[in-house]
Amino acid sequence: MRTLHHFHGGIHPTSHKSLSTHQSIARAPLPKSLVIPLRQHAGEAAKPCVNVGDHVLKGQRIGTPSATLSSSIHAPTSGTIASIALHQIAHPSALPDLCITLIPDGKDTWIKREAVDFLALSANEMQQHLRDFGIVGLGGATFPSDLKLRHPIKVDTLILNGAECEPYITCDDMLMRERASEIVRGIVILRHALEAGEVLIGIEDNKPEAIAAMHEAVSAAQLDYAVVAVPTIYPGGSAKHLIKVLTGLEVPSGKLPTDIGVQCFNVATALSIKRALDDGEPLISRIVTITGNVEHPRNYEALIGTAFSDLIDLSVAKRDTNRYIMGGPMMGVVLPAVNVPLVKSSNCVIAASDTLFPPAPPALPCIRCTRCAQVCPAELQPQDLYWFAKSNNFGKAQEYSLADCIECGVCAYVCPSHIPLVQYYRYAKSEIRERSAEKLAADKARERHEYRQFRIEREKQEKAEKLAQREAASKAAAVVAPSTPSVDDTQQIRINEAIERAKAQAAEAHPKNTDALTPEQQAEIASIEARRAKIRELATDAGADDEPHKTS
Amino acid sequence: MITALWVMIALAALLGLVLGFSAVRFKIEGNPLVEKIDAVLPQTQCGQCGYPGCKPYAEAIAKGEADINLCPPGGDDGIHKLADLLGVEYKPFGGDAKPKAKAVAFIDEQTCIGCTLCIQACPVDAIVGAAKQMHTVIASECTGCELCLPPCPVDCISMPAIEERLTDWKWKHPVITLRKIA
Amino acid sequence: MLSSPFITTPTSVNQIMLRVLLALIPGIALYVWYFGPAILVSITLASITALATEAVMLKLRDRPIKPFLSDHSALLTAWLLALSIPPLAPWWLVVVGTAFAIVVAKHLYGGLGSNAFNPAMIGYAVLIISFPAHMTHWLTPHALGGIELDFAQQLSYIFHGTLPAGLTLDAVTMATPLDTLKTQLHLGLSVSEIRDMPIYGRLAGHGSEMVALGFAIGGLYLLFTRIISWHLPLVYLGTLFAVAGIFHVFDPTHYVTPLFHWFSGAAMIGAFFILTDPVTSPTTAKGKIIFAAGAALLTYLIRVFGGFPDGMAFATILMNICVPLIDLYTQPKVFGKKDGLL
Repeated sequence: MRTLHHFHGGIHPTSHKSLSTHQSIARAPLPKSLVIPLRQHAGEAAKPCVNVGDHVLKGQRIGTPSATLSSSIHAPTSGTIASIALHQIAHPSALPDLCITLIPDGKDTWIKREAVDFLALSANEMQQHLRDFGIVGLGGATFPSDLKLRHPIKVDTLILNGAECEPYITCDDMLMRERASEIVRGIVILRHALEAGEVLIGIEDNKPEAIAAMHEAVSAAQLDYAVVAVPTIYPGGSAKHLIKVLTGLEVPSGKLPTDIGVQCFNVATALSIKRALDDGEPLISRIVTITGNVEHPRNYEALIGTAFSDLIDLSVAKRDTNRYIMGGPMMGVVLPAVNVPLVKSSNCVIAASDTLFPPAPPALPCIRCTRCAQVCPAELQPQDLYWFAKSNNFGKAQEYSLADCIECGVCAYVCPSHIPLVQYYRYAKSEIRERSAEKLAADKARERHEYRQFRIEREKQEKAEKLAQREAASKAAAVVAPSTPSVDDTQQIRINEAIERAKAQAAEAHPKNTDALTPEQQAEIASIEARRAKIRELATDAGADDEPHKTS
Repeated sequence: MITALWVMIALAALLGLVLGFSAVRFKIEGNPLVEKIDAVLPQTQCGQCGYPGCKPYAEAIAKGEADINLCPPGGDDGIHKLADLLGVEYKPFGGDAKPKAKAVAFIDEQTCIGCTLCIQACPVDAIVGAAKQMHTVIASECTGCELCLPPCPVDCISMPAIEERLTDWKWKHPVITLRKIA
Repeated sequence: MLSSPFITTPTSVNQIMLRVLLALIPGIALYVWYFGPAILVSITLASITALATEAVMLKLRDRPIKPFLSDHSALLTAWLLALSIPPLAPWWLVVVGTAFAIVVAKHLYGGLGSNAFNPAMIGYAVLIISFPAHMTHWLTPHALGGIELDFAQQLSYIFHGTLPAGLTLDAVTMATPLDTLKTQLHLGLSVSEIRDMPIYGRLAGHGSEMVALGFAIGGLYLLFTRIISWHLPLVYLGTLFAVAGIFHVFDPTHYVTPLFHWFSGAAMIGAFFILTDPVTSPTTAKGKIIFAAGAALLTYLIRVFGGFPDGMAFATILMNICVPLIDLYTQPKVFGKKDGLL
């Protein structure tokens, strides 16, 4: 028996997981159209590598990584690219992002799939393969998996995260129950790639079926991986906290798990890695839990790009449903619209109603009861951070380690004053991010400005020197030369000439396509003409104005 | 009485010497306060404060010649920062100075005649182009100072406001309703 | 709610305050049992005053009245204040104290959650400094068999200031056991001689020790239901015991037992109900320990060497001043920033 450690704080919300575990994972039907966002991973959006009108096959790459921190995007089925345009996505801002719309041809024809022997791959080839196959972490952060294999430090412990601590979500649970052997195969690949020592599969003890299935798969494959039942506590599924529970090690703030010899992958990621290498299938679908206020809560295997509304229709939302939450009730986001597409990070959609999640009573002032500090898994002082965030005292908030907040929501969950604490932290974090970006921009602008001043000064000096030389030369020749017009004057003359030329051109050019215009077009022409007239007027003014413009 | 006087005079002389010595010995080049104020200013170099750039404005503030509420690009937040730095009371924007939405210059390339006047006006070298060649703005370097607007003889430069994008979207300050307004 | 989390616990501020009020009931019941129902009159007076001034202040500050009035915090302030002043006092004493506590100590500092000092203790401090004479006439417990006023006579004194013919206030009241101890020690008596006086019981003052026990029982309820954390009451009582113990062992003729200190004055109600006010106590565990230990030390020093009979209120206020500093210097290390990590 392995000795488990524990982390500070945590809560035990009602799990509501059994709602969606009665039925096996169902395959969602092929939708009429798929909207595939190009930003489905941490980092930069992928670059589209297909054109509108192209016919693509299932699994064909349609987006390539645009930076180191980026990944590939693939066509989830065969069909035609209908558009590459902005489309609303599952983001709390409700702002649109670039998406590729694919109209399936219904044939679901795969590209040529080839199994790759991972033992024959070098580390670089393996990483490139995962990058090409769009493998990203499916636990929620969607960090490109190839980058997690890139770290040069030796990994002693490989941890597989099957904790799934948030209420309602059961996609990993069902995946482990039904596809344990594939997951284990993925772990074999990962262990090989990382040359990891021990392998620990952490699953919360409220999922006995998943634990049993994983046990069976591990022993069937005759491996020495330890399937560890960890205590059910939220947020025990946070990678850093699972690492703490399993190994007793704390990932230092601002560092990566690999810095302490640990690497952590989600179980679903392990499965997609197996598919990428053994089956030659890129990441084009995922398991998603549809639960909450629906008639038939269930897990679906759905293609990336499927509209959530299609999936919810399969489970039939109850009448009083008034909003949908992507993710769990602790960290999820309210969907801006129900027809936004499923992405690689979508683990769950909860149909919500006011009876299911009653709106919080009005917030009262903080009474510093520190219930939040008692449950904070990051061991922060949420009541102080709240105070600083509220009063825009961001420097102090940073001093009190706001950056270490994982936004798990336990503070707001226990708050007797019902203060939306996490919202304050998110606000403060985005303000801090913007301010540091502004600071960088200002520093750059200052540098450029100072260089410009320096350059102007230098040019002036050079000119003065030249002038002095010339004067000296002319004095030597004892010839009094008429003074040449100054640079500013010649320039002004040149400008005036250019304006004249532009005017002349404008007068000459008579548009030939002005027949049969709509009133709108005529109005537009009129406005453009007006602007031109104004420009001409100004140009005359500028010509009359001899005074050189102040530019310093 | 006389002794006391002498003691005081001697003390004054001694302290004067110490002060004089440290003024020479520990002299700091430049005015550190100017640097600090300059660091707070947004570096748009726009001159909207009435000084020809951020550094001159910082110098003016440090000398006590300028008020702290003259920098529209710095916004309300900038005034607060200056007030904190200098230990003075916050002052709202005075006169015509008002914070504006962030914008970058955009050159309408159809109208541009390639006069290079805007290039000379740009304090951060964010406009590229040559004489009789079309000019364009490097949006990432543009500080939105609007200094290129007045010299343009054909008014081809506009200042479109920067719209919120997904990548720089921010969570808003939570609004708590204390009482519903009917 | 606009963003996650979408679920919360049903715990609310008013529930917490209500539980604390509930926990005061055993102590109040024993108070009534030993000293008669006069205390209920001052509690009622204080409650009405508190709610009324709270409502007026909320109105003046343009805050919604209903959610703030129903958070029970004003009521708690009223009860704690009423319990710390003599029941047989003119009605205006409790009204002035409560009004000051709510208006000045609470709302002028920004209301619930923003007050730097415990409002009840500020109210008490104002009264004992401004009206010291009224604050020293305490009821005698029934068991002593002295002259006692009946309830009607008490009411008549409270509201009209009239006593039955032939009786003086001194005849029907007494000083607190702590006060008596101090006076008698000054007069040169030894602790054992003083303790033989009829007003003293097994541990401390007759009757009042049982009231303190009642508060302790309520306090333990709060402790076990996790309404309050263990740091403040345990460290307070522990430090008080230790300091009193050292003095007692050193010179038992001049210094009473630690248990006497525990069960007299405001030590028990203070440990469980006053120090534990979250708004005015430190937020960190280490800070709470320092705060409670400091309060205990000050309580003892004021009781034994100071000019006031009890030190709880002033100790609390003095430590309240230190809270921001204590919090600043006792910030715990966050996850991933502990010593010894990379």
